[in-house]
Amino acid sequence: MDLFIQLTLTGLTNGAILALAALGFVLIYKSSDIINFAQGEFLLIGAYVTYAMIAQFGLVWPLALVLTLAVAVALGVVVERLVLRPLIGEPIISVIMVTIGLSSLLRAIVSTIWGNQPKAFPPFIPSQPIHILGATVGADRLWAIVVAVAMLGLFNFFFKRSKEGIAMRAVADDQQAALSMGISVKKIFAWAWSIAAMSAAVGGALLANIVGVGPELSSFGLRVFPVVILGGLDSIPGAVIGGLVIGLLETYTGGYIGQGLNQVVPFIVLIIILMVRPYGLFGQEIIERV
Amino acid sequence: MQSGIFHTSYRADMALRRTHAEKIRLALFLVFMLAFPFFANRYYLTLANQVGIATIGAIGLNILTGYTGQISLGQGGFMAVGAYTAGLLTARMGMPWYASTLIACLVTAAVGAVFGIPSLRLKGLYLAIATLAAQEIILWGVTHWDALTGGVDALVVPNPTLGEMVMNTDFRFYWVIWAVAGITALTTVNLFRTRYGRAFVAIRDQDIAAEVMGVNLFRYKLLAFAVSSFWVGMAGALTAHYRSIVTWERFTVDVSVLYLAMIIIGGLGSVSGSFFGAAFMTLLPAVLTNMGRALKSTFPFVDAILPFVQQAAFGLVIILFLIFEPEGLRKIWKDIKDYFRLWPFSY
Repeated sequence: MDLFIQLTLTGLTNGAILALAALGFVLIYKSSDIINFAQGEFLLIGAYVTYAMIAQFGLVWPLALVLTLAVAVALGVVVERLVLRPLIGEPIISVIMVTIGLSSLLRAIVSTIWGNQPKAFPPFIPSQPIHILGATVGADRLWAIVVAVAMLGLFNFFFKRSKEGIAMRAVADDQQAALSMGISVKKIFAWAWSIAAMSAAVGGALLANIVGVGPELSSFGLRVFPVVILGGLDSIPGAVIGGLVIGLLETYTGGYIGQGLNQVVPFIVLIIILMVRPYGLFGQEIIERV
Repeated sequence: MQSGIFHTSYRADMALRRTHAEKIRLALFLVFMLAFPFFANRYYLTLANQVGIATIGAIGLNILTGYTGQISLGQGGFMAVGAYTAGLLTARMGMPWYASTLIACLVTAAVGAVFGIPSLRLKGLYLAIATLAAQEIILWGVTHWDALTGGVDALVVPNPTLGEMVMNTDFRFYWVIWAVAGITALTTVNLFRTRYGRAFVAIRDQDIAAEVMGVNLFRYKLLAFAVSSFWVGMAGALTAHYRSIVTWERFTVDVSVLYLAMIIIGGLGSVSGSFFGAAFMTLLPAVLTNMGRALKSTFPFVDAILPFVQQAAFGLVIILFLIFEPEGLRKIWKDIKDYFRLWPFSY
């Protein structure tokens, strides 16, 4: 039982971080139909910029976090403007490949600036162990859950209430109609990319706090795929629930079965979901059948 | 003075090489490839062999992605199947290398067809994600099925022999690789003059229209996966015999991405494009390494950032090609030819 609670807590925290990465991913897909293979690198940049602000420039952490978010916004806008906008209307393989190229470029830039060695991260969130129901979990891991839930609420509010959020949903629904209603689709794309970069940056900062900064953080980019396919590519609650489910699944198989099976189980789930229910748990059922 | 290429007979229209200039260029290329190993040193031979293997793999992927329109991120996994099958058959069962290579191709074709099954329900980016999962699952199988593959340890393959001759030098294996590459190119070019190849192209252009015209999507999509994986397995098997060592690091998702980059930069749906792309993406890091060595004496810091520069260049060429020349090197080559053919009235 203790093992179960321990695994559940670890799984939920891992899942929360996965969900944060997946949120930005879904956001971009929802508004522009682009699969962003560079989401893991956005996470990486978030982690390294926070690291630089705190450890190298010695800023207090709230200021560092704000500056990191500002960098993330700038990154999102630049990427959208320079890389994605020329490809509007191009075949899907071009769009996939351009984000893959982008991921390679961003990883190289990060490695050039900060090197390739993992670094210890000066923790800004307390990480002392907390005991819950006989299990032990770091406080920073619990914070990850809190932040993920808060982000979900924030995103939900943004999409339901704010003008930009509603415009974004309109663009996702029908770009032509949105254009004719006076919505600037270009501006909405820039919004989507900067918000996605921001949520990835928050995830990166949290992750760095838990495991330290290193180039392998970008591996989260690939681990996001099972999450978003399970939850539905265009569903924000789906990203969070998918993240938690995949996180739990990984730790349960790791804890009870072991043998590295936890790395591959998400992808097996992915294939099954794609075969059975390609739009995921909460996605819109508009997938084109062959 | 010409205003373009025009044909007056079906025979000329269907010919593989349509003009004298094309025939002469092909002959020059063949002469160059035949003469090359006698003049090149070991370094250039190694590069040429890498380009050859990459060409075979890129043609394989192009059959699936460029011609049939099924995006695959599973290339690395399929190459791993080919390499490990060939390596294991030769190392554990003492099978001659050419036999194990052929069996490896067939096994990879079967595995490719199995992982092609999702393509019957999925397309576009969903299929890309499904093949990405295939890549992860295959690679996990390779690294965790210790009893068969030896897990994460390298698998040592005996040197290939032909009669009395040990084929362990770059010079000798050059002929094997490029003969296979030639066969691959020739069969692929001809494949797309048959009804099967045309069915593949029809599926790419408009799958519903293809089905209405009587193309069985189920059969032809699996066939495309199988044919493509056959050559991809060939590339993997040749890697195993050429390197005499098989390690899983050679078949990660990065390899899948590299091959996709090759066919996009070279030109989708084109055999010559596959060759251009394979050569470009193999030679680019080598050129950068040489430049780095040349600059090292004046700028010592170059050495430390060289791997990152290579990675950045890789990403940058993909982005730049997609933005400025989405049809790839093949289009650039064609533009150059057209410029000279139509000169001085090239409009």
